[in-house]
Amino acid sequence: MTTPLTRPKRKNPLKRTRLPLNPQGVRSRTAHGLTAAAAEGRFALQVCEDCKTVIYPPRDCCPNCLSARLPFRDVPRGGMLVAETTVRTSTDPYFRERTPWRVGSVKLDAGPVIVAHLHGDTVEGARVRLEFKLDKSGAAVALALPEQDTPHMADDPHLREMTCDPKFRRVLITDGRTEVGQAMAKAFSDAGANIVFVGIADQWKPFPGMDKLRQIERVEIVPLDVTDTESVTEQAEQNGSRIDIIVNTAEHVRAGGIVDRHGLTVAREEIDVRYLGLMRLAQAFGPVMRFRGADGVNSAAAFVNLLSVHALMNWPTYGAYSAAEAACLSAAQCMRAELRPGGVKVLNVFFGPLETEWFQTVPPPKVTPAALAKAVVRGLQQGIEDVFVGDIAEDIRARLAVNPKALEREMAG
Amino acid sequence: MTHRRAAYDNIVICAPVTIPYRRYSTHSAHWWLGRSLHELTRAAGITPKDIDGLTVSSFTVGPDTAIGLTQHFGLSPRWLDHIPFGGASGVVALRRAARAVQAGDADIVACISGDTNHVDSFRKTLSTFSRFAQDAVYPYGSGGANSSFALITKHYMNLYGAKREDFGKLCIAQRDNALSIPFAMMKKKLTLDEYMSARPIADPVHLFDCVMPCAGAEAVLVCREDTAKSLGLPMVRMLATIERHNAFGGDVIQHRGGWEVDIGELWAMAGMRPSDVSLVETYDDYPVIVMMQFEDLGFCKKGEGPDFVRGHTFTNDGTFPHNTSGGQLSTGQAGAAGGFLGLTDAVRQLTDRPIGTAVADAQSAVISGFGMINYDRGLSSAAAVLARV
Amino acid sequence: MPTDVLAFARDIAAGAVRVIDLTQTLSQDFPIITLPPELGQCAPFRIEEVSRYDERGPAWYWNNISLGEHTGTHFDAPIHWISGKDLPNNAVDTIDVRKFIAPAVVIDCSKECAADPDFALTIPFVEAWEAKHGKIPPGHWVLLRTDWSKQSFTDYANLRDDGAHTPGPEPKVVKWFVEERDVHGFGTETIGTDFGQGHHFNPPFPAHFYMHGKGRFGLQCLTNLDLLPPKGAVIVAAPLKIKQGSGSPLRVLALVSGEK
Repeated sequence: MTTPLTRPKRKNPLKRTRLPLNPQGVRSRTAHGLTAAAAEGRFALQVCEDCKTVIYPPRDCCPNCLSARLPFRDVPRGGMLVAETTVRTSTDPYFRERTPWRVGSVKLDAGPVIVAHLHGDTVEGARVRLEFKLDKSGAAVALALPEQDTPHMADDPHLREMTCDPKFRRVLITDGRTEVGQAMAKAFSDAGANIVFVGIADQWKPFPGMDKLRQIERVEIVPLDVTDTESVTEQAEQNGSRIDIIVNTAEHVRAGGIVDRHGLTVAREEIDVRYLGLMRLAQAFGPVMRFRGADGVNSAAAFVNLLSVHALMNWPTYGAYSAAEAACLSAAQCMRAELRPGGVKVLNVFFGPLETEWFQTVPPPKVTPAALAKAVVRGLQQGIEDVFVGDIAEDIRARLAVNPKALEREMAG
Repeated sequence: MTHRRAAYDNIVICAPVTIPYRRYSTHSAHWWLGRSLHELTRAAGITPKDIDGLTVSSFTVGPDTAIGLTQHFGLSPRWLDHIPFGGASGVVALRRAARAVQAGDADIVACISGDTNHVDSFRKTLSTFSRFAQDAVYPYGSGGANSSFALITKHYMNLYGAKREDFGKLCIAQRDNALSIPFAMMKKKLTLDEYMSARPIADPVHLFDCVMPCAGAEAVLVCREDTAKSLGLPMVRMLATIERHNAFGGDVIQHRGGWEVDIGELWAMAGMRPSDVSLVETYDDYPVIVMMQFEDLGFCKKGEGPDFVRGHTFTNDGTFPHNTSGGQLSTGQAGAAGGFLGLTDAVRQLTDRPIGTAVADAQSAVISGFGMINYDRGLSSAAAVLARV
Repeated sequence: MPTDVLAFARDIAAGAVRVIDLTQTLSQDFPIITLPPELGQCAPFRIEEVSRYDERGPAWYWNNISLGEHTGTHFDAPIHWISGKDLPNNAVDTIDVRKFIAPAVVIDCSKECAADPDFALTIPFVEAWEAKHGKIPPGHWVLLRTDWSKQSFTDYANLRDDGAHTPGPEPKVVKWFVEERDVHGFGTETIGTDFGQGHHFNPPFPAHFYMHGKGRFGLQCLTNLDLLPPKGAVIVAAPLKIKQGSGSPLRVLALVSGEK
């Protein structure tokens, strides 16, 4: 039985903050096939195309038939925990301060034996289900969970080390004016966040949903304008050291392409709100988050980017918008590298057209703000890194994997 | 039709060399290997020019391998081998060297092994030990071999009912043997209480189940009997050897080593039965592997290891003299030299020149090697039967 | 007899001529005009540090700023509005510089505005003012004192579901200012020169339409109008010389005689 987390006490201001450490994150290039699966919450192993042998650890040659055709495929995740041990001393500084740490040998139904981290509710000799998780280093590790969910299982210390669960954490929603921002505030409040800071720019300017937003439990409205460096800096100075998760909901959606859009004013706004806004947030909040990556139950955990799936492939109808989103995606990749030393994850949530006013003329299927918010919370709870929300997002992702050129042509309509 | 293996006609081992171990060393592996080579020439009364064959085993000599060392040491061998098989390196080096000498490719082969131990080299070795270790072991608690062998030990205990006390008995006997070795890492007698109450490392492995990493070097010469005679060197004869890698890959967790595949051949080639052997030098990185070797080398049946241990005594004056110089568990694990520790002492015992306590009337010995836990199990197993000349 | 400008300077230094700053500080959070979001927007004031005695510039501190022509206390040129688009010298770089210094009358409707944010200035109201202070002389700025600059930003913008509710002139009075009083321009404390709900007037935004249509100027986001006399102040309002600029943020100063 997992001991449920208790709400963390106020931090003793005289106590030294524990510095973040990461487990060894170096992997062979092939092993990053597991990282790719873990980033999306899939359980994939190499499966030999020729003899169907399921392979682990990752190899460049099939140990059964010597084939080199070893793609990663989703495989059943069930297995048996054959033997376990509790590591009580480690040469690695990260584990050294986290021992005792349980690991075990899991015989997968699919074939291979995987040495895995063990959830506290797993039992030697009993069945388990395996997941690949991204550990603090950003590399994939196998984690064995009990076959059936157990009470408070998300609070398990091994598991929580690999997730960004909002429970008891303090969240900043950067823009509460939008429907997405408001849905996000509600979702994080429901997920047990300790404080949900919600940024509002130009507080003199009223907006729909303001009263409802204020009524959400544990929501605290703060002045924040991602287009204003000083505003972002001031907010970071005030609350940066107690913000564990940032969800950047600042959006700027306008139809229009590159050639046919009249002038640069709107494009500048797009870049200012989205790309530069992201950079302002990253510069103001990033360093302290990276520093606080191991700061107890409510350590800094994640920076969430909401990205149009058209960051991955331009949609000419919203061409300039797509380009700005692509800039954010590139910045997010850089942020991942920069925040990784602190064990802070960058979650990219790719969404299809939203059920909001700026996509009014776009036919369904569309993603409701509530569905997007739910996906963000679930992604953080699972500790994944890339989430695709909605049918359009899934569709683009699948087509991109098959033939990017075809997708490019087809997006032109 | 199976081709019969050629016997090791007139191949002998001589000039066992041990460079006294130290817990930590600021020297490089090259220094330790150089000391062993130097000591080998002195012990044999030869010059470096006389060495026309060389094998090298070391974890910490990187980025060099055997070839780089020829220039480093000023050797010009006509036969050269790098043997990076960890705990199996000793027996494997013997096999390679013996065949080279037998075929006339070399006359005098120096088999050297050694490693340094800087304050941080153990951790570095662990994290980069192998690709599978890097990808699939080290990130899991970074307990190194301790956690991997903990799983093997736990599984063996589950399967065959071994108890910690059984492992303790082996460790205590080896400690007794080590008390007469001046450079042993562990110099104090070990009691069962101390063994049982030692701090846990990775359950069920506790402190005294683990070797102490240290710096050191071991070496021997392999040559023809007439060469050894002309040099006036005491010698032992090689009767039989086996070697096997990555056996029983389908076992969920390792409960046997590759010896089991080849054991019939070992005893047949030696023309002996297990009960004929005077002393046994197993590879003792963890006591569970010792117990496995008792089974797999034919001293008892699979699963009877615990009972075998309960029925014997393992000191040099016991019913089953074992790891006569204290083994790695008490004398220390000098990296790849750990695969030579039993070899050098077996040669000394069979030539009446042991460093520590002598085994009475030692006529023959089995030395066994086990090495390279690449992912979840040790891949290499090897064994040799040696006899007094 | 030519004016002695040095004597004028001496009077300023001695306080015989008072200089009153009618300008709001340019800051990021000061409200700006809000249009429907699908239209082009006036850029808010933004400031980015270039260096501050640091690795980006070891001995100096400076900033880059960005803003719209109509951000903060600013000047409207005739070219700003479609009605003035074809006038000669209608942009900030071509306006005769003499026009940047002109006298002003100040019409105080602060009490009325305090009672009603939708207070609209009418001809009768101005006639009542003239009855007290005399006819507005030609070539004068008309500055509307509403005390709106003293409000919180929220009340200052006063945006509701149907748009802004802030005081301003009716169409008739603007036309009358231009045609009957030959005013130099019209200045307000609010975000624009027009009434908050001025888009419902005919013509919409009459202060812009009539003033600029006749080559007159606008000043908005003024402050400290309560420190000015009803008559007798001289306004110095020189916009930046922006090529074909429609307006410009600027420092607006009032010169007032006498020690007070």
